[in-house]
Amino acid sequence: MSPAIEAVDVSRTYQLDGVSVPALRGVSLTVAAGDYVALIGPSGSGKSTLMHLLGGLDRPTGGRLVIGGREVGALSAPELARLRNETIGFVFQAFHLLPRTTAVDNVALPLVYRGVGARQRRERAAAMLGRVGLGHRLDHRPNQLSGGEQQRVAIARALVTDPTVLLADEPTGNLDSTTGAAVLELLERLNAESGVALVMVTHDAEVAARARRRITMRDGIVVADTAQDPLTGSAGSDEPGMGGLGTARAGGLGTARAGGLGTAGASGPGVAGAGGGGS
Amino acid sequence: MRLAEAWRVAADALRANRMRSLLTMLGVIIGVASVVLLVAIGTGTKQTVEQQVEGLGSNLLLVVPGRLDVGSAPAVSPLTLQDVDAVGRVVGDPARVAVTVASGATVRAGNRQDFTTVQGVLETTPTVFARDLGRGRYLTRSDVDTGRRVAVLGDSVARVLFPDREAVGQQVNVAGVRFRVIGVFTPLGQSLGVDRDDEVHIPVTAAQRLYGTQRVDAIAVRAPDRDRIDELGQRIVTELNGRHPGTEFSAVTQEQILGVLGDILGILTGVLAAIAGISLLVGGVGVSNIMLVSVRERTREIGLRKAVGARPRDIGVQFLLEAVLLTSIGGLTGMALGVGGALLVAAVSPIPAAVTWWSLALAFGVSAAVGIIFGVVPAQRAGRLDPVVALRAE
Repeated sequence: MSPAIEAVDVSRTYQLDGVSVPALRGVSLTVAAGDYVALIGPSGSGKSTLMHLLGGLDRPTGGRLVIGGREVGALSAPELARLRNETIGFVFQAFHLLPRTTAVDNVALPLVYRGVGARQRRERAAAMLGRVGLGHRLDHRPNQLSGGEQQRVAIARALVTDPTVLLADEPTGNLDSTTGAAVLELLERLNAESGVALVMVTHDAEVAARARRRITMRDGIVVADTAQDPLTGSAGSDEPGMGGLGTARAGGLGTARAGGLGTAGASGPGVAGAGGGGS
Repeated sequence: MRLAEAWRVAADALRANRMRSLLTMLGVIIGVASVVLLVAIGTGTKQTVEQQVEGLGSNLLLVVPGRLDVGSAPAVSPLTLQDVDAVGRVVGDPARVAVTVASGATVRAGNRQDFTTVQGVLETTPTVFARDLGRGRYLTRSDVDTGRRVAVLGDSVARVLFPDREAVGQQVNVAGVRFRVIGVFTPLGQSLGVDRDDEVHIPVTAAQRLYGTQRVDAIAVRAPDRDRIDELGQRIVTELNGRHPGTEFSAVTQEQILGVLGDILGILTGVLAAIAGISLLVGGVGVSNIMLVSVRERTREIGLRKAVGARPRDIGVQFLLEAVLLTSIGGLTGMALGVGGALLVAAVSPIPAAVTWWSLALAFGVSAAVGIIFGVVPAQRAGRLDPVVALRAE
């Protein structure tokens, strides 16, 4: 099974007033289908840049980045937009919902750019809102929803297109701990249910501990890429229930990782990069 | 994104900023309304004048000293009644030749008075100019030959001087000299705010005595053969040039008058439309400005839309449609106001206003074009925004 995302020696350099500022300096990693990855590192370590690249919002200045089987560097802006629409779901710290727009219309937005008709859009968006527990909030506007509800709407929007990867940038950063935990639980449940790979940028060590794999970045490179025992990871969790969920997925994780690495290994530098990050 | 969807998004965006949309539209509304109104006034004026000139008939020749041209000053007439006779010989029928020597004068009857145009004319005037008598009779050859003090009144003059009596048979005092009223014209009505029934006709001989002159101002000829009217005019001019060496004469046809008037009024309409067009341009700049503000304000929205799959073109089209919608609604409103204003002007003032379909089409086309032209730059800017940067915007 081919990986959802494959990055080989990817770099990203910004030009600021004629000075080259490297944000990423050769990152290699593979995100397999159904993966659950926590991306951690201090600010300025390049994890946001990496997120943008993995999500097809930006293009690498070096290396090879393949999302959903397509080489990003070779894609035009419209092709890249379509790739985002079809394979990636974004969840942002600040929700990024359209104001004055109902929950169901917010969720349906990606389908607009896919050319789905109005009625079908609403059906699919409503169903997705039902899955995130907001079936009763369809026609509420963002300002009529709590922070947790808004993030659920954003998650529904990210998943309505049935993407292969869900990229969440500090999804609980703007929420209190209880609400944050619930949102996290939702993300994990959706990851388990639909097999969408979940890649989450976080500062929160506890949140990071719940992922099945942890990628640590510093100074634009991956310094650690470790599979963590979900049992150990969940030991620190406040919610024993999550441990059970984590355990249930442990087998799936193993398979997915193995497949992902296997593929990367065949192309060479993928394994080397991942290994280099670990050493 | 489907186009219908894009229109809906654009309309939603305008609705979300109702006040701002309205104020932005106002510039376009005022611009379009003034273009429509001013072009309507220009066109109306032109039509009225042309109708009037056409009413003279296409076989009329006006013989005047000087040249009929835009910008040339009227010359002092050296023409006398002998010249009129000479022209009559050239034409071959004196009954087809009319003259005028006109001046403003106060006409009194009892304690009522009216300041009006008193024209010294020949008995041929009704034939040459197709004027009808309402009551009484017109001047005769003998009235002219003897300089008899008789007058034919315009309908308005008759009403003013004799509001409750029959004018024919009464005495009027023209500039201190008593005249007997022998007839009253049928009314012609108003045009361009000028009362065309505000005149008094007296024998040209009496008028010359009254004004102390031997001259006539102009000669009018109703040509017998319309196809050879230019040739006849040339012959008249040659004759008059021979009689008055050193003076230039013109024999102008209705067609030439229409041409000159058309030029003048066309320029007038053009100038008015251009002035109004400037306000439309300013309105367009306002649209551009607001669209730039809108793009900046909604940078995060643009970033989000791009993140979920909007192509640069989708975003560009969205903002372009917003601008076009803004100016189109403004344009339609402006058109309605302009047409309403033109109808109002035509109804309550003497200024004629004729709304033409081409001015409406032009105004709407221009306002939509303004939306496109002034919307393109903001739309391109929006479409090209880097999603990463856009998402991070405040």
